[in-house]
Amino acid sequence: MQSRLVYMDHGATTPVRPEVYDYMKPYFSELYGNPSSLHAFGRKVRQAVEEARKKTAAAIGANPEEIYFTAGGTESNNIALRGTARKRAKPGHVITSSIEHHAVLDVCHDLEKEGHRVTFLPVDRYGRIDPDAVKKAIEKDTFIISIMAANNEIGTLQPIREIGAIAREYGVLFHTDAVQVVGQLPLDVNTINADFLSLSAHKFNGPKGIGALFMKKGAKIDPLYRGGSQEGKIRPGTENVPGIIGLGKALEVAVSEISEKKSKIETLRDRLIEGLSALGDVVLNGHPVERLPGNVNVSFKYIEGESVLLSFDMEGIFASSGSACSSGSLEPSHVLSAIGLDHATAHGSVRFSLGFGNSEEDVDYVLEKAPPIVERLRSMSPTYHAR
Amino acid sequence: MYSEKVMEHFNNPRNVGELNDADAIGETGSFKCGDTMKLYIKVKDDRIEDIKFQTYGCGAAIASSSMLTEMVKGKTIEEALKINNQDVANELGGLPPMKLHCSNLAADALQDALANYRLKQQS
Ligand SMILES: Cc1ncc(COP(=O)(O)O)c(C=O)c1O
Ligand code: FES
Repeated sequence: MQSRLVYMDHGATTPVRPEVYDYMKPYFSELYGNPSSLHAFGRKVRQAVEEARKKTAAAIGANPEEIYFTAGGTESNNIALRGTARKRAKPGHVITSSIEHHAVLDVCHDLEKEGHRVTFLPVDRYGRIDPDAVKKAIEKDTFIISIMAANNEIGTLQPIREIGAIAREYGVLFHTDAVQVVGQLPLDVNTINADFLSLSAHKFNGPKGIGALFMKKGAKIDPLYRGGSQEGKIRPGTENVPGIIGLGKALEVAVSEISEKKSKIETLRDRLIEGLSALGDVVLNGHPVERLPGNVNVSFKYIEGESVLLSFDMEGIFASSGSACSSGSLEPSHVLSAIGLDHATAHGSVRFSLGFGNSEEDVDYVLEKAPPIVERLRSMSPTYHAR
Repeated sequence: MYSEKVMEHFNNPRNVGELNDADAIGETGSFKCGDTMKLYIKVKDDRIEDIKFQTYGCGAAIASSSMLTEMVKGKTIEEALKINNQDVANELGGLPPMKLHCSNLAADALQDALANYRLKQQS
């Protein structure tokens, strides 16, 4: 039977770190006051929330007044995009990429239905956006450019610094979905000229269902919800206090060890890529260098991703896939299609995403289990025999 | 997501491989997700004496292929002709709705093999 459990799906979500969990605990049953209450019990919680806001701001080079807590990456993206669109007197133009997360893509499709025009920029075979293409796409009424900092499936980092500079030059708002980057790589809203930035706690060892939107001072949106005056009315509703406390702590911890963790995880990543490539007929998806520290996305030729995942699962190895068979919609992922993978290659894609707690032994374990799994599935495959 | 029976067949698929002296070969590709299956049958006295498969697809597709070969082995051509994808799914203890088409792959490959066998007999 399986001798280890190896979690390599940190791109999907991450465990809450013990010190973060401990830090959150008092805010459920002891310090349960409403931060909006005027009494001392509420004020104490307010103080903790503002402390978390400061930590969050410091992690990305922002001012605390520019941080709005939300229910996660999805909500932050929705508020930034729909919020700026609704603020306008008449429909305008939006620039984004074809490989954004659905929390941006689907919002953009909605904006089209509401009369806005959207340019979905293509990417090269590594998943990179050409900043020049962004510049060329700008029209008179372009009001926002939304480009992710890194792609969640293939891990490709985008030239957001250049894109931010272009946005500034043309007076267009710039939003970046940095959910995969915050806490993994150093990021400063000033260097990238961001007007909006989305982040989500559960991707950096914080709790699920809590995130933040950075909104540069002076930027204006029309809120999606109406209610109380919490979060500057940008996101009304009584705060998710334990979540906010957890987000602040998790981000503080993540940023404090970012360079150490980055080099450790990158070493593991490259070792895994090298070991898997040695199996033969394995291609790396995404960029060889401009890549998230923990992302390994490979296609095993002649076999299908879901069956690979199931086989790894049985060995206690947890990963994910962008293949059609594992998608629910039976379409290969839009990202794999956008980088031009043929159907068969997209079909065999598997993502291992490394993170907190993964060790060299974990990588070795995967590399020990991978050859028989791949060999077994290939031996059953008619396309392998016909190659 | 999958029943125990599906996982059991996925882990220990029966009748994997090729038959060099096959009397007929059936082949299908799914238009839904791009998977393919190849089925080899050996017929003696109107009975399917031996059967082997190769499948490129998800766990459900591999399990369905394996299940189908077990169901078909030893059956007469007439009996085999009656087997459809629902029968395969039922034998497996059910499949998730999104995965029903994977059992189609197996059932279609069988029908293709049987049709090819008939053609060969007639010629
Ligand atoms: C790039 C990206 N954007 C947005 C999201 C959504 O974040 P959340 O799950 O916090 O809503 C994710 C997480 O899946 C992501 O990877
Ligand atoms: S073979 Fe593609 S979903 Fe089953």
